[in-house]
Amino acid sequence: MSTPVETAQPVADNRANSNRLLQKARPYGLQFGIVFVGILIWFVFALASPLTWRNKEIYGALMSTVPFFGLVALPLTLVVIANEIDLSFPSVMAFGMTMFAIVLNSTGNVLLALAACLLAGTLAGLLNGWIVVKIGIPSLVATIGTSFFWRGVVLVVTNGTGTSLVPIQQTFLYPLLVGRIGIIPMQMVWMVVVAIIVWYFLNRHKFGAHLYLTGDNIDSSRLMGINVDRTKMIAFASVGLAAAFAGLVVSAELLYFWPTLGEGYLLNTLASVFLGGTSVFGGTGTVFGTFVASFIIGSINAGIVAAGLTGFWTQLIYGLIIVGSVSLQTVLSRRLRK
Amino acid sequence: MDYVLQMKNISKTFGEVMALHNVNFEVGTNEIVGLLGDNGAGKSTLVKTITGYHQPDPGGELYWRGQRLGRTSVAGMRKLGVQVVYQERALADKQSLWRNIFMGRELTNRLGVLDVKTMRSETQNLMNEVMGFTSSAITPESTVKHFSGGERQGVAITRALYFQAELIILDEPTMGLSLSETKKTLEFVANIKKQGKAAIFIDHNIFHVYPVVDRIVVVDRGTIAGQFLKSEVTMDELLDRLYRVAQTGSLANGAPANGKE
Repeated sequence: MSTPVETAQPVADNRANSNRLLQKARPYGLQFGIVFVGILIWFVFALASPLTWRNKEIYGALMSTVPFFGLVALPLTLVVIANEIDLSFPSVMAFGMTMFAIVLNSTGNVLLALAACLLAGTLAGLLNGWIVVKIGIPSLVATIGTSFFWRGVVLVVTNGTGTSLVPIQQTFLYPLLVGRIGIIPMQMVWMVVVAIIVWYFLNRHKFGAHLYLTGDNIDSSRLMGINVDRTKMIAFASVGLAAAFAGLVVSAELLYFWPTLGEGYLLNTLASVFLGGTSVFGGTGTVFGTFVASFIIGSINAGIVAAGLTGFWTQLIYGLIIVGSVSLQTVLSRRLRK
Repeated sequence: MDYVLQMKNISKTFGEVMALHNVNFEVGTNEIVGLLGDNGAGKSTLVKTITGYHQPDPGGELYWRGQRLGRTSVAGMRKLGVQVVYQERALADKQSLWRNIFMGRELTNRLGVLDVKTMRSETQNLMNEVMGFTSSAITPESTVKHFSGGERQGVAITRALYFQAELIILDEPTMGLSLSETKKTLEFVANIKKQGKAAIFIDHNIFHVYPVVDRIVVVDRGTIAGQFLKSEVTMDELLDRLYRVAQTGSLANGAPANGKE
């Protein structure tokens, strides 16, 4: 039986959940969602082909290939949180490597070549940001444009031919980028390093605070004195820098630079960011989500092939898994955050 | 009377449109000024000129505590002590309470590293002492999306108070609020006066404005159509005059315009 005293709860208390654990977990709804999806997919794959997923080789292979796009997906999360998008990074990967190859061939200095590569990527990213914030072109359009432009520059400069990178195998750069520590490839170490750096700036630095606010409510951010233009430019520049670095990692692993470098990474990278729970509408997103989602995306292909499905079935299953896991992830995190 | 802010001959044009035309406007150091006017009368342009968001056209002069101001900026005016409480859109919905409280003024060290711990505990203090949020459901980590209109206004007002405001601008703070929430907001406006600060209170609703202000300024078509000290007019007279503005666009018929004409 209820007395009036018992029913006279403050309105706000309706939102209180008696379960303190759930309340503590609520801000991490996105992270729990993605981990759950990851484990679920792993179980499905492991059931379909137990031999493959019991072997540690597959994990070594994933750690070697996932960073190729994961390295870009991490800073791309920043751009998407700011309610923008960057589709030009595959071309920027190739542009950075073009500068690397030119400087390496003319000076023979690996360090100079590395600097030129990273500088070129950063400048390409800044150009994207500049076009978006200063000229005011939507980033979707602007970066499609710069994507064609940089690919064009690469093809013109290289005349469409590749460059062998065998000379760098004898330098410090090769083991630093793609060496192996036991089973763990160096690119995996770099992906963890980049994830920590991006996480730190997103969650513990003024830049990240401004990035979330800019993506959530840009008018209010401006009125409160936040330099939203500079915040976005930095986000775009970080994607450019990471793209150039990822391009170098891919090329070092293959010991060859193809002018088509980066093609084929666009969708994997975007899928990682969105599967990771970053909102297309800006203002939310986590580094952890993108990190885990990169591995989910990376393992889908391997999982399908290992399960014995080939040819035309691959794409179909791939699409199903992506749509299914994004839906599952959205529903799970929404329920937890409510 | 000492003025915290004075505007002399302020005009603002956007292309062909003259949003403000030779406006003279001032706020005393401990004065609550009610700003009334229709949509598009120039209230927001006036406010945005004060906050440094818009630059006035050349020829106008802005004074802060008697000092002439040069080129203004949002950051510069905030440093002087101008704080704005915008309508509901002022908050970033998907962000936590503490991120909203410290929006654009995050506590950091010299390298820009956030002092999250202090910001959280400061937010908790403000919740207990200023906002009156006692429910255990709301923590500094709560996202503001699920807050009620009154709670949101409380957050925006607290944010303004926290940063040592000298002149608080309230842009339609009672819009969309329930009766009890409106009462709470009006109590806060009265509180500004008690603390010796100044405020500009913008609202369509004369019944909300009249009780808490010292002076009422009516804006119409980019000019100051007239102003009244509260001590000089009753609510009924004021309503009568406002009705005349709506009809003729002028208060010229016998309005005691505080010696400004």
